[in-house]
Amino acid sequence: MNGYTPQADFGTPEVSADTVVTLTIDGRAVTVPAGSSVMRAAAECGGSIPKLCASDNLAAFGSCRLCLVEVEGMRGTPASCTTPAADGMVVHTQTPRLQKLRRGVMELYISDHPLDCLTCSANNDCELQDQAAAVGLRDVRYGYEGASHLGAEADTSNPYFDFDPSKCIVCSRCVRACDEVQGTFALTIDGRGFASQVSAGQAGDDFLSSECVSCGACVQACPTATLQEKAVKQIGLPERAVVTTCAYCGVGCTFRAEMRGQQLVRMVPWKDGKANRGHSCVKGRFAWGYAHHQDRITSPMIRDSVDQPWRIVGWDEALDYTASKLAAIKAQHGARALGGITSSRCTNEETFLVQKLVRAGFGSNNVDTCARVCHSPTGYGLKTTFGTSAGTQDFDSVMDADVIMVIGANPTDAHPVFASRMKRRLRKGAKLIVIDPRRIDLVHSPHVEAAHHLALQPGTNVAVLTALAHVIVSEGLADEAFIRERCDWDEYQDWARFVADARHSPEALEPVTRVPAGELRAAARLFATGGNGAIYYGLGVTEHSQGSSTVMAIANLAMATGNIGRRGVGVNPLRGQNNVQGACDMGSFPHELSGYRHISDAGVRALFEGDWGVTLDPEPGLRIPNMLDAALDGSFRALYIQGEDILQSDPNTHHVAAGLAAMELVIVHDLFLNETANYAHVFLPGSTFLEKNGTFTNAERRIQPVRKVMEPANGLEDWQVTQALANALGLDWNYTHPSEILDEIARLTPTFAGVSWERLELDGSLQWPVNADHPDGSPIMHEAGFVRGKGKFVVTDYVPTDEKTGPRFPLLLTTGRILSQYNVGAQTRRTANSIWHGEDVLEIHASDAENRGIGDGDWVRLTSRTGETTLRADVTDRVAPGVVYTTFHHPATQANVVTTEYSDWATNCPEYKVTAVQVSLSNGPSEWQEEYADLTARARRIAAEAAE
Amino acid sequence: MSLDAIIERHRGREGPLLPILHDVQATVGCIDTAAEAAIAAALNLSRAEVHGVVSFYHDFTATADPRPCLELCRAEACQARGVEAMVAAAEAAAGDRVRLKPVYCLGLCSVGPNARIGDTLHARLDEASLVALIGQA
Repeated sequence: MNGYTPQADFGTPEVSADTVVTLTIDGRAVTVPAGSSVMRAAAECGGSIPKLCASDNLAAFGSCRLCLVEVEGMRGTPASCTTPAADGMVVHTQTPRLQKLRRGVMELYISDHPLDCLTCSANNDCELQDQAAAVGLRDVRYGYEGASHLGAEADTSNPYFDFDPSKCIVCSRCVRACDEVQGTFALTIDGRGFASQVSAGQAGDDFLSSECVSCGACVQACPTATLQEKAVKQIGLPERAVVTTCAYCGVGCTFRAEMRGQQLVRMVPWKDGKANRGHSCVKGRFAWGYAHHQDRITSPMIRDSVDQPWRIVGWDEALDYTASKLAAIKAQHGARALGGITSSRCTNEETFLVQKLVRAGFGSNNVDTCARVCHSPTGYGLKTTFGTSAGTQDFDSVMDADVIMVIGANPTDAHPVFASRMKRRLRKGAKLIVIDPRRIDLVHSPHVEAAHHLALQPGTNVAVLTALAHVIVSEGLADEAFIRERCDWDEYQDWARFVADARHSPEALEPVTRVPAGELRAAARLFATGGNGAIYYGLGVTEHSQGSSTVMAIANLAMATGNIGRRGVGVNPLRGQNNVQGACDMGSFPHELSGYRHISDAGVRALFEGDWGVTLDPEPGLRIPNMLDAALDGSFRALYIQGEDILQSDPNTHHVAAGLAAMELVIVHDLFLNETANYAHVFLPGSTFLEKNGTFTNAERRIQPVRKVMEPANGLEDWQVTQALANALGLDWNYTHPSEILDEIARLTPTFAGVSWERLELDGSLQWPVNADHPDGSPIMHEAGFVRGKGKFVVTDYVPTDEKTGPRFPLLLTTGRILSQYNVGAQTRRTANSIWHGEDVLEIHASDAENRGIGDGDWVRLTSRTGETTLRADVTDRVAPGVVYTTFHHPATQANVVTTEYSDWATNCPEYKVTAVQVSLSNGPSEWQEEYADLTARARRIAAEAAE
Repeated sequence: MSLDAIIERHRGREGPLLPILHDVQATVGCIDTAAEAAIAAALNLSRAEVHGVVSFYHDFTATADPRPCLELCRAEACQARGVEAMVAAAEAAAGDRVRLKPVYCLGLCSVGPNARIGDTLHARLDEASLVALIGQA
């Protein structure tokens, strides 16, 4: 895409209808779906009716009176946005009468609008300016002496955009965007008549203190400079736009990176993006400033020991140093002493290359990915039950759901753009069941209220899901026809007998789950009988000692109620990171090659061996926790980590630190000197998603292009760094563009067979599997039958975690994310987002706080069997008595000092969500916090003299 | 009646917001930001939405004014029947003791000028009767 053109706007939303109508507009015949507005019909046939309050992502409003038209046989001049097109209608959009009316209306608008176009930040990107031109405004007869809003003061409280009411025409687009698109309802029109003005929150509020979540929908909706990005004010308008994919969460929003030369001016959600449909959140829309943050390291650095300061060196020296060290360790300790970790933040192509480097270059299968610590149970559980390690639906599917069950996920914070879609569906009447220890916003927020909130005791997911199944089976609510046709009937009967056992009744399990049996029964009946039932879940499901069991219990529930294989239903893991799905697809796990094929399968191995010209180790390699254990044993000695901060993100920080410290060679490939880099010997600077080409695969299996919009600050894209390291090790890789890596993936992976860069350029995105059976991809999976053949019911016995509360540690800690920060915060902490969340706090129920003499905002010590840290208390009723909650965004807190090494029985996914703790008042940082602060100060030193 | 009791009384009905606001205004004399926030939380509305409704209606006020209030119609029909000529005298009579609030039509256009105190309407006013009315308010 060349040059800067604003995105097209058809004025009113697209209508899908079975019937069409044909009308004539200014002499041109046009056929549109019945129910379309005259305004949209005019736009479809290339016309342009003036408008100000209309936008095709908002319901027609009919307030600006600029879009008036004449319709033959109809009296007056109806607004074209609110007038439905009808068969045989004859419409005139440009007549002397209309021109006079429109000019008169525009004259009134401009009589209370500053005439400072030449110095306005929206000059040449302003709908008011365009429409004044379109209606031929030449004069304002009213003068400017009367009352006006020209002196109104601007609200600059939001770090990313300003609100200047002196330029506001009160079209309500911002208010409606906040309501209809984002679903936060943070804006209103204050007052009436001439005194009407847009207001964030109540009297005395500004944007920052209001309920605004800074998603940017209002800024995008504003037809003037009233709501304008600060960056546009500072830099000026963009001159070109490149469509690319956001690198934050698993929703995978598509944005237009709007550029001025090499400088990014703003990220604007792309209306044609199939994951986000033109919407965005505060992270993707605004929090990209980290790409230019002063902390970013752009030169390679090495050191012989972590006591030494870093030495800045050139690429050649860094790569030679690394390769010779790797070769020496391999020679002395064997290939299995080496390993690598791929990142769910990086592209499919980069991930594929890292695992290829480990398998083909290092010669071991010691490759793992950060999905180990998030969604590995999803892969295991859904593969076992359905036959594919992926969610079953596209995001659009939620618009057909009747009952939505959200388990262990907090979409409004962690997947905000999808949450807005979900809330839109809920406002249209779908029912909601929330299963979460914490009262997340979806339970009760403007225009959304859960029918049932099952506030379970952390660690009892399997018990709750089995109890739900108990009600469905024992009350005869299972969908027997579906089960007989699609699933293994014998396995179902075994499972049905198991769940129907009296010991699995809600009443019997209530003492364990603490969910009132009546509420649970009601929820089960609603899910089984309420129409299309869709399950969405997150890390509150997977990060448990029974994570895989819970995923399978969810699959059981979906199959038992016949909620698989069509729109509006399904099992939907909400992926934490932009490319968790992709990183797993690419063969990042030690036991699997790309496409989830086991390394012990000689046929699969032969395929890769033939292509790569190497012999592969048939034994699965080490998982991340095993690598750390083996490092302490001395058998694992060198680790290449691309784009992951295991010290902050993995559980039991002390153990991670000890494992890293025991290694001979730790290579960190990242944007910043992250916490893991404190233990590294080689630092290879990474590139941001703005600086490279490739693809990400989002939570709906959608493969989307990532496009380079600026040159990498470090000189190389991440895949080029991995290739250079491979070649330094003696491999002969000659990729010149990630599209060639993608071709190799397609060649070696049946589910990706039809994927290519050219195809993505053409289609925008593709949902795997894309192959001969599904040439255009697969929005919904298991439509005709399960991938594995018959759906498999798995008996999921509830086994309580070994992490138990007792007199010393009487509270249960669970952890999660917040809207404005992202995971370890390496990126978002380096943006203005910290204004919303500058530190991690501990949510504690008022009764638990009172027992301990803790007041709101007090500094408290959080202690577990593993370790302790200190942070501030937030006394609240969001959590139940006995449960405390915190986030893990800040290295100063390091919540994972406290979490344990218990993990999922099948996949080793850590049990972040359940830790027995005690909380007490504190008067200073913990010993570890002090030690670690010292270590960080020492480990981050960089020697003054550069190598060259 | 407390704010909570007012909310509880109307919560179950269809369209509970306006009845709640009326009761709060009548009981407390105003609807302040704290009341807006409490009503918003109870009804699953945003603070902004409740504030939008409160600020739209002239009968809802953000701060209480304990003075007696006389609403004097200043709309076209009452203007035609001479209300504007009485305003200066009315303001003088009201002083700081009585709140004189302009309103636009009380629905008695044929018998203006008109005024209202509480729920009682007063028609066919002249300057003397208006000043007397203000004196009794």
